[in-house]
Amino acid sequence: MTTTAAIRVADLSKDYRGTRAVDSVSFDVPHGSITGFLGPNGAGKSTTLRMLVGLTEPTGGSATVLGRRYTELLNPGRRVGVLLDASAQHSGRTGLEILRLGAMMMGLPDRRAEEMIEKVGLSKAESRRRTGTYSLGMRQRLGVAHALLGDPKVLILDEPANGLDPAGIHWMRTLLKEFADDGGSVLLSSHLLHEIEVVADDLVVIGRGRIVARGSKNDLLAGSGVYVRSTDDEGLAAGMRAVGVGFTDHPDGGFTVGAEAEHIANIAAAAGITLRELRADDEAGLEQLFLRLTADDAREDVKS
Amino acid sequence: MTTAATTAATTTPIDRALIPIPFGRLVRTELRKLTDTRAGRWLLLTLVAATPIVALVMVFTMSTKDLNYAKFVDYTSTPEKLLLPILGILTMTSEWSQRTGLVTFVLEPKRGRVLLAKGVAALGLGIGVSILMLLVSVVGNVLGQSVRNGDGSWNFAGQVSGEVTLVLLSWLLLGIALGMALLITAAAILVAFVVPNMFSAFFGSGSKNTTAWFDLNQAQSPLYSHDITGKGWIQLLAASALWIGIPMLLGAMRVRRTEVK
Repeated sequence: MTTTAAIRVADLSKDYRGTRAVDSVSFDVPHGSITGFLGPNGAGKSTTLRMLVGLTEPTGGSATVLGRRYTELLNPGRRVGVLLDASAQHSGRTGLEILRLGAMMMGLPDRRAEEMIEKVGLSKAESRRRTGTYSLGMRQRLGVAHALLGDPKVLILDEPANGLDPAGIHWMRTLLKEFADDGGSVLLSSHLLHEIEVVADDLVVIGRGRIVARGSKNDLLAGSGVYVRSTDDEGLAAGMRAVGVGFTDHPDGGFTVGAEAEHIANIAAAAGITLRELRADDEAGLEQLFLRLTADDAREDVKS
Repeated sequence: MTTAATTAATTTPIDRALIPIPFGRLVRTELRKLTDTRAGRWLLLTLVAATPIVALVMVFTMSTKDLNYAKFVDYTSTPEKLLLPILGILTMTSEWSQRTGLVTFVLEPKRGRVLLAKGVAALGLGIGVSILMLLVSVVGNVLGQSVRNGDGSWNFAGQVSGEVTLVLLSWLLLGIALGMALLITAAAILVAFVVPNMFSAFFGSGSKNTTAWFDLNQAQSPLYSHDITGKGWIQLLAASALWIGIPMLLGAMRVRRTEVK
């Protein structure tokens, strides 16, 4: 790891006819790590990513990838793999042809296109079909193949898990983890928490154009809920009630508790109750965090 | 490049020193984009097939006294004059209608270079089509004379070749310019075909001397009658600036600024 971040977004803003779509967004993506960019639909994720790669001119602020403005990178495809919209492909071209065009532009051998088709699990026959016939999941795979063509150090992916089946999502996670383990840096967005909570090291949460939470996943998780299960849940509940600790019943038995693990362990010990499980409540915790952080900022469902 | 890759089967390519994408490679990529879709292939096939078909029809049906080189060029260029603007338009609009600009302008963020490469690629094809048209006209004229004992004259051959090629390429450029300015295929095709002709219809009653300053069809007509004057050239330049230069300038500004979504 080096000191400068792979991606640095500083005070990025974008106005559309008086409406502030992105409002002073700042965050870093450290080298060799995966940052999840979370937010409800319409929160400004895609606009931020487009500004990052120079497709949208920011109203204010700046963004750098590998220490430079994206638009100043020479042959950027060889350093940064970008997938902004898997459906933005010519429906009349075959998947393989699209990769060959990309390879040609970046100055890579044709062979590289076939390698990437293989890497993302598209069959030879599929790669020779027009993308107009592709399912969204296949387009995502093709898009990831395109992003990986130039053997980049950084990946920027907008909703890559969209349209993937559970097996596909698992595949994507594995691929991104391997990429980061090899020293690559990833920024990926999603409006669905569970898609990236497993894979992300850091999280940036955005709501209505503003960052509402940012930090390492573990930091954001701490304090957002502890899961506890014991040999005597009723007794434990009584003990927690007695000292005023808030908790909710967990669907699988046990409780989600809004307190430090140590505090809960002390309550159990004082009541002579044996704990079976005591851990950060990953799913519910992060889900709650996401809901809490975005609920106020989420757009009302006025339009459909 | 290719040979090195075949030997290194599954390995990733070597990370050579990074240099800007050479312009020639951008042009080759754009040329390939014009030929790798069904629509593109049909358009090119039509462009290539049109002239021999027209020439053959002429050889066998036209009155023998009209079978000369200038006539062949005149007739075989007519379908090309209709098709080349479409080639120009599609070159520019496909990135937007199919949203592939989201990929293209990420791989080459200097959009001006991409536009220039597209222009060069389309112009290259246009020049190729024009050369083919001239060759077909030569063959047609020779055939007309030998098969039907046609007139076979080569009067104005050099002048005709140059002037008609100029007309074809300017209509191609018009397509490129309108494609850039409008970014929507249907709109650009409509404007390219309807507006200049409506203009001619509206001002058709006006003095040729005046309307040629801003009516592209009128300004180009002395190129077909081979009697263009010095003033005629200036009028042609003015009309071309209006119909090609200005849309191209606006288009270049628009493409460089527009948000790619």
